[in-house]
Amino acid sequence: MAKQVFQHTFDNGLTLIAENMPHVRSATINIIVPAGCAYDPLNMPGISSVLSEIILRGAGKNNSKELSLAMDGIGLDRSCSAGTNHIRLWGATLSRNLPKTIDLFADIILKPHLPKSDIESVKLLAAQEIMSIEDDPKQKVMLALRKTHFPSPLGNDRRGTLEGLKAITHDALTKFWKKNFRPSGTIISVAGNIEWEPLKAQVEKLFGKWKGGDVPALKLSPGKGGTSHITKDTQQVQIGIAYPSVTYGHKDFYAAIGAVNVLSGGMSSRLFTEVREKRGLCYSVWASYQNFKEVASVICYAGTTTDMAQETLDVTLKQIGNLTKGIKEEEVKRLKIGLKSSMLIQEESSSARAGSIAVDWYYLGRVRPLEEIQKSIDSITTKSILAHVKEYNPKEFTIVTLGNKQLKYGK
Amino acid sequence: MTFHQQQCSNGLTIIGEVIPEARSAAVGFFVRTGSRDETVEESGVSHFLEHMLFKGTKKRDAAQVNKDFDKIGANYNAFTSEENTVFYASTLPEYHQDATEILADILRPSLRSADFEMEKKVIIEEIGMYEDNPGWMVFDHARKLFFADHPLGNSVLGTTQSIIDLKRDQMLDYFQRRYIASNITLVASGNFNWDTFLKKAEKLTTNWKFGMARRDHIRQTSGSGEFKLLEKKTTTQQNVVMICPGPPAASPLRYAANLFAMILGDQSGSRLYWSLVDSGLAESADCSFHEYDGAGAFYTSFSCDPKQTHKNLEIVIKQIHELITKGITEEELAQAKSKVLSRIVRAGEKTANRLQEVGMTWVYLRKYKSVDEDMQTYEKVNLRQIQQLIERYPLLRLTTTSMGPLAKLKMPEIPKQPKVPNAQHS
Repeated sequence: MAKQVFQHTFDNGLTLIAENMPHVRSATINIIVPAGCAYDPLNMPGISSVLSEIILRGAGKNNSKELSLAMDGIGLDRSCSAGTNHIRLWGATLSRNLPKTIDLFADIILKPHLPKSDIESVKLLAAQEIMSIEDDPKQKVMLALRKTHFPSPLGNDRRGTLEGLKAITHDALTKFWKKNFRPSGTIISVAGNIEWEPLKAQVEKLFGKWKGGDVPALKLSPGKGGTSHITKDTQQVQIGIAYPSVTYGHKDFYAAIGAVNVLSGGMSSRLFTEVREKRGLCYSVWASYQNFKEVASVICYAGTTTDMAQETLDVTLKQIGNLTKGIKEEEVKRLKIGLKSSMLIQEESSSARAGSIAVDWYYLGRVRPLEEIQKSIDSITTKSILAHVKEYNPKEFTIVTLGNKQLKYGK
Repeated sequence: MTFHQQQCSNGLTIIGEVIPEARSAAVGFFVRTGSRDETVEESGVSHFLEHMLFKGTKKRDAAQVNKDFDKIGANYNAFTSEENTVFYASTLPEYHQDATEILADILRPSLRSADFEMEKKVIIEEIGMYEDNPGWMVFDHARKLFFADHPLGNSVLGTTQSIIDLKRDQMLDYFQRRYIASNITLVASGNFNWDTFLKKAEKLTTNWKFGMARRDHIRQTSGSGEFKLLEKKTTTQQNVVMICPGPPAASPLRYAANLFAMILGDQSGSRLYWSLVDSGLAESADCSFHEYDGAGAFYTSFSCDPKQTHKNLEIVIKQIHELITKGITEEELAQAKSKVLSRIVRAGEKTANRLQEVGMTWVYLRKYKSVDEDMQTYEKVNLRQIQQLIERYPLLRLTTTSMGPLAKLKMPEIPKQPKVPNAQHS
């Protein structure tokens, strides 16, 4: 059964992509609007996040409670959240309820009430969210790592700051919505048991007259990088490490993914084996690939008791360095099967597919067929990974640690 | 979708749900053992043993176990709860048999001393990780306070000290007591051939020991009803968990209980959402129903600005009181049902989720329920059953635990369990 992917870009710049999955009964819809925290005004960090909360509080003919009831009534699980580049409105339900979902989502995007009476409660929520980072040391260190490593504003935390929250007014929120909610750069992706023509007609009817200019280019300024420590009285020391990699769609992209998987692809991967299995240094250690359109990096994490922290950091850095010394055939074999499995098993989930096709479209301007991804995975070899890690051998790491003892960062 | 089952002569049960259109196949061993089955001296052994199963067998050392799973691109792991220890793997259909073989092999571990000492360090790290996370810690304390001397209050992780003190021989003894064939269910779900699977599985497990594993102290509890404040100066938010009794896993009221929890504390559209989160009084609020062998409980939790804690406690109590005295509306029940049905369908599309669902349903009910049967059961829940739930379980008998920067916190007065109107006895 060949899978069907449909796509259409309307005259106003809005893109609709859909994947028909006849074997499921659910449907998932994702709407990403280019209004993420990278577009927050400098004096109001956190405004996109506040908007993503208040935007669900009434839209079109429904007030906040009515809207919530309408969505619950069709069993729609949903969320709206701000990311770096986008605000994402996500919903999953039975496919027969998809048309109703799209009606409600169109109201939320195009006709939100943004009720003035809710500003204070939404800001209260946002403030608590900022405060609660303090109670989650792992999250705190990873947010600090992103902020230090990635160019601004890409490394910013969507939650913003307490001062930023204070500055946010109802006017400013409305202005931010008007300015940044636009069809150009917005992607609606749908996956599940769906019919393309009626879907396209409905989206055209609801969003066809939506207007707005192009997405403004971001001005990036480099992150400061280097090493830093946050002092906090905790049981464990949290360690975050980052170094640059190639972007999604780069010719070396799959070699880079291969390299990350040699480090952290499964429990037989190098970090898990060397740091946890052989030395018992920690419970959690991993590396993963993280990307933006402009830049990409490998991000590593380890959390460990104070006494073991120095060794954990040293062993982890050594393993990253050792990549250039050689990659084994069996490692590559294992990681390729792992990648292939994830790719195929993803077909069981309308939610995963709706996400994946949107990612493809955002980065590449097209949705890659399975055969193409399969070919790319097949192209990974010990040679291709080795060539990549040699070319991108990190000269410098960004390292952030948190805990009651500062570590030595080597050379 | 077809269901199969087989009881082996050594007591092992093998069950399978075949879904020909699935993209993957999953397999898992469900061992009916957890922290409630531990003695005081063994505290944490179930979870530690779960880790040790990945450390190798006569045939494989630890590295080989990981390599063999990764070689077939398996998504594999294990977890331990108060009552179950589950080992599972999902793969592409062509590797289902290999996954079954590796899992069956690790279920007979060597428990080598050197591995035992090494893994001890990892467990202590895991405990350290949770201790730095108050949002998680508060639940462990809350369960202990609610269940008091009931074995369901036992900590799954144990303490750093109990893990340091644990000897390899104690673990071996526990293993021999608990990991016997009759206490284990082998479950498969997804795109696989039942006959081939059964033949292979029987061959792999034929030498497993016959015997009986007992579970003691299966009884209901209404909880201690106590209140406890745990001061943790280094945190910023106040976390609260309130537990009250509910029906056990085998009760026909479990479906009503799940819907009730959803009406009180689902993330969206619930009573707690509107009274606590919408107004910004709490960062999050939740109610979930936990079912166990012979006991059950509703866990209501929230986290908030410390100053707000007392007022929020009053609000939660008021909400529960209102649910008891005024009941719920047809409309609320219909909303909760449509949410549950949609979640059942979506979860059912992923084979890995089906494995857990089919396995747990079997472990607790000795029954199979397809996705559609599960949906039908929820559809049939009516207001009368919700009313029965409210009538039978003292939902205002709350055991409350709070952790955060507060040094003092007054627990509000809890109204007496009111007479339930229109209660229909059955």
